[in-house]
Amino acid sequence: MAYSGISQKQVRHMLDTIGVARIDDLFADIPAELRLGKLLNLPEPMDDLSLQNHLRSLANRNHGTDKLISFLGAGSYDHFIPPVVDALASRSEFVTAYTPYQAEASQGVLQAFYEFQTMICEITGMDVTNASMYEAGSATAEAVLMARDITGRSKVLIGQNVHPEYVQIVRTYLASQPMTIEIIPTPTGTIEPSVLASLIDDQTAAVVIQQPDFFGCLNPVDKIADAIHAAKGLLISVVDPISLGLIAGPGQLGVDIVVGEGQPLGLYQNFGGPYLGFMAAKSAYLRRLPGRLIGMTTDHEGRRAFCLTLQTREQHIRRERATSNICSNEGLMAIRAAIYLAAMGKNGFFQVANLCFQKAHYAASQIVGIEGFELAFKAPFFKEFVVRSKKFPVDKVIHEARQAGLLAGVPLECWYPELGDCLLVAVTEKRTRDEIDALVDVFRKIGG
Amino acid sequence: MEKIDHDIKLLFEQSVEGQSGVNLPQCDVPEASVSEAIPSALLAATPVRLPEMCEREVTRHFTRLSERMMSVDANFYPLGSCTMKYNPKINEWAADLPGFTAGHPYQDVQDIQGSMELMYRLRQLLEEIAGLSEVSLHPAAGAHGELTAMMVVRAYFRDRGENRDEVLIPDTAHGTNPASCALCGERVTIVKSTPEGLVDLDDLAAKITDNTAAMMITNPNTLGLFDKSIKKIADILHQRGAQLYLDGANMNAIMGQVRPGDCGVDVMHYNLHKTFSTPHGCGGPGAGPIAVAEHLAPFLPAPQVDFVDGKYVWDFNRPKSIGKVRTFYGQFGVMVRAYTYIRALGHSGIKNVSDKAVLAANYLGKKLEPFYTLPYPLPCMHEFVISAEKQKDDHGIRALDIAKQLIDYGIHPPTIYFPLIVSECMMIEPTETETLETLDRFAAIMQRIAEQARTNPELAHQAPVTTPVSRVDEVKAAREPNLRWRYKE
Ligand SMILES: Cc1ncc(COP(=O)(O)O)c(C=O)c1O
Repeated sequence: MAYSGISQKQVRHMLDTIGVARIDDLFADIPAELRLGKLLNLPEPMDDLSLQNHLRSLANRNHGTDKLISFLGAGSYDHFIPPVVDALASRSEFVTAYTPYQAEASQGVLQAFYEFQTMICEITGMDVTNASMYEAGSATAEAVLMARDITGRSKVLIGQNVHPEYVQIVRTYLASQPMTIEIIPTPTGTIEPSVLASLIDDQTAAVVIQQPDFFGCLNPVDKIADAIHAAKGLLISVVDPISLGLIAGPGQLGVDIVVGEGQPLGLYQNFGGPYLGFMAAKSAYLRRLPGRLIGMTTDHEGRRAFCLTLQTREQHIRRERATSNICSNEGLMAIRAAIYLAAMGKNGFFQVANLCFQKAHYAASQIVGIEGFELAFKAPFFKEFVVRSKKFPVDKVIHEARQAGLLAGVPLECWYPELGDCLLVAVTEKRTRDEIDALVDVFRKIGG
Repeated sequence: MEKIDHDIKLLFEQSVEGQSGVNLPQCDVPEASVSEAIPSALLAATPVRLPEMCEREVTRHFTRLSERMMSVDANFYPLGSCTMKYNPKINEWAADLPGFTAGHPYQDVQDIQGSMELMYRLRQLLEEIAGLSEVSLHPAAGAHGELTAMMVVRAYFRDRGENRDEVLIPDTAHGTNPASCALCGERVTIVKSTPEGLVDLDDLAAKITDNTAAMMITNPNTLGLFDKSIKKIADILHQRGAQLYLDGANMNAIMGQVRPGDCGVDVMHYNLHKTFSTPHGCGGPGAGPIAVAEHLAPFLPAPQVDFVDGKYVWDFNRPKSIGKVRTFYGQFGVMVRAYTYIRALGHSGIKNVSDKAVLAANYLGKKLEPFYTLPYPLPCMHEFVISAEKQKDDHGIRALDIAKQLIDYGIHPPTIYFPLIVSECMMIEPTETETLETLDRFAAIMQRIAEQARTNPELAHQAPVTTPVSRVDEVKAAREPNLRWRYKE
């Protein structure tokens, strides 16, 4: 067996050293009546070549964004991944290490995480951040629990324009808590501050928004912040990190806790995971943060050094009083994001955001010029927008586009029955004018 | 040995104005005015500050950082409870196939049948290994699996009109167990261990109530011992209507030998990143699928991947489901690696893993027995604990000192100070993938460290001396938190 380091001949020697006759004797503590006594009902072992063929054939049965031109978004985006990200993040020194509990043996990744933390703080405009969460949805739920603990209040308001899956996850997490969730209606796509104000009361722990929201629209975050702060509650915002190259960071707008999905920062779409959740906050909430934190310190000779810190918040020390149960996080994905941000740099980060903005606006302007199609919402948007098909079933658009080798967008009906005639279209910097025109042609062919 | 005493400058200290590591395209569409499209209050007031570096420098930076690491590929890594086995390269090859990496979670299922088939088959393999009826692949890590499972248990009771909110946990449990319960709104009651390190059945009988929802056990437990009373524990719980949860972090010891479902376990989690060889990535990503008995299956997260009429589909029609715990469907890339691994090994290979993991641990335990205290006698399962109590009492050398000294020998230290019930604890898990030569070398080094504790204790206090930094001041790090670099304003 290729993965075992011990040869059959060595087994004998080892058993003799231990002083037992057979390997089976070592399992004597498992009561005989519980022992399986036969092989599991699993397939036969596979040789490397057959295994490669099998996996290749599975992979080849997919038609993903490697073969099709994608305008799918909704929390997972086809952004450019600089090859340097793969090259460096696949170094096995990073890939095959564990959590850096032994600081002296892990200075490399501790420094990389410290740099990651710094760059997340810079792009969000927040004071502190941790070294990653699983993904945006569960990070949002953890932010809500954090707000509950900070405020001691029991109600949370969530925009109807927050990713429906994130809302579902918050609901699941709160199902066993004495908390209530109310949805802030967003018929115009964005949150209306006056509507929000009427929903806030002295039990409101937090308002949860997404910016840009699930529909791609930009919300008046500054005014939303004023409304909730007037009632001494907290503002939690889910952000798309790519947007922060162009639009205002949550720190600038008064957000208290920021969470986000780091997938656009150099991670493959990978059918939904692994992704990279992040969470950043005002410094007042530092000790409430879940997850691992890396700090800069010195070694005993005064040299710069890094280590895990403030661990008394965490499960391995504080157990049932920990700020969260999270242990394994998304370390390697945070390394990818750090490499991505370093490679992009100040100029690249802005350019990517600007290209997304320009191409999305070009696509939208072309599509709305076609009879039968309009934008569902008038609010300003960033790289994603909702197209309403006034005359033709959305499925027809998706089908025709697919015939042309395009993934036109994400239909919204399963989450928003009232938007059954709508399609969420995302345009990243990867889409060329020709590709966008090809999508526009599909609409034109249908609309006539 | 000469010390590498130069810092690697932070990215921000290397920044050179105007540099960038990428070549992005010119805008090929007519440009719109950003300031006309977006209100100025919502636009970034100043450009985000990020390092400015050419690709060459980015590459050098992260390559040099990677050289300041210990890893499974380069070092023996007997980190107990973490199962730091070798991560076969074919797993990485498979996970990197563009057909897998390029899938979007909201694609039409027709376009993504290959990935769904892989998930469905992995589900079945994990169901068989657990001896339980249904697996959910949603949870993102072990702790997330625990949380999901506790939610499932709660939903099960609520469905029966009960509101049980108490969970029993042995004193040997991993910290995530009580933390997951708390996150799920449950109260934790600790059950004592016997002097033999197993669940104290009398204490269990005394602490179980009609409000007990579940007991979470780890078996083999964190001392590396298989609790032979597992069936009895299950019976005690089931008589009171409570559920038995298995923390499956230690499945590497028992897969192919005994199935949790056959022991009366109702629900468990796997750590794909331990048992099934997916790499730990400096702390993640992992994946924590859960397996449940039939009566809990209706409460699993939705959607479930299913196979209907010759086609792989998402089953959203699960009215009793707890809902979603994670965006999309789970850590797909991790699933590809675990699936590849299980298919490579097959039925006989899976059993061979636990055979060899247990053999290696017992062999190593035997070799260390003359020099260190083994608080629980051998045989052990896939890991064992030693105590450095003798070294501490006689020579003032603590488990931490031994750990740091191992680093100087190019060996990643075992888990230290866990489980909490053993003083000066070192938890050693060699895994099945290490060679006899490596095990012998480790034993010889541990012997030498024990002898040096007597002859030259200063060595241990000074260690490590071969690393880029000497012992790190963790107290200062916590007292004066510096969690990010600050640009000079
Ligand atoms: C016994 C045990 N349970 C649970 C966990 C938590 O798993 P994860 O880190 O994947 O969340 C661990 C991991 O360290 C463990 O060793």
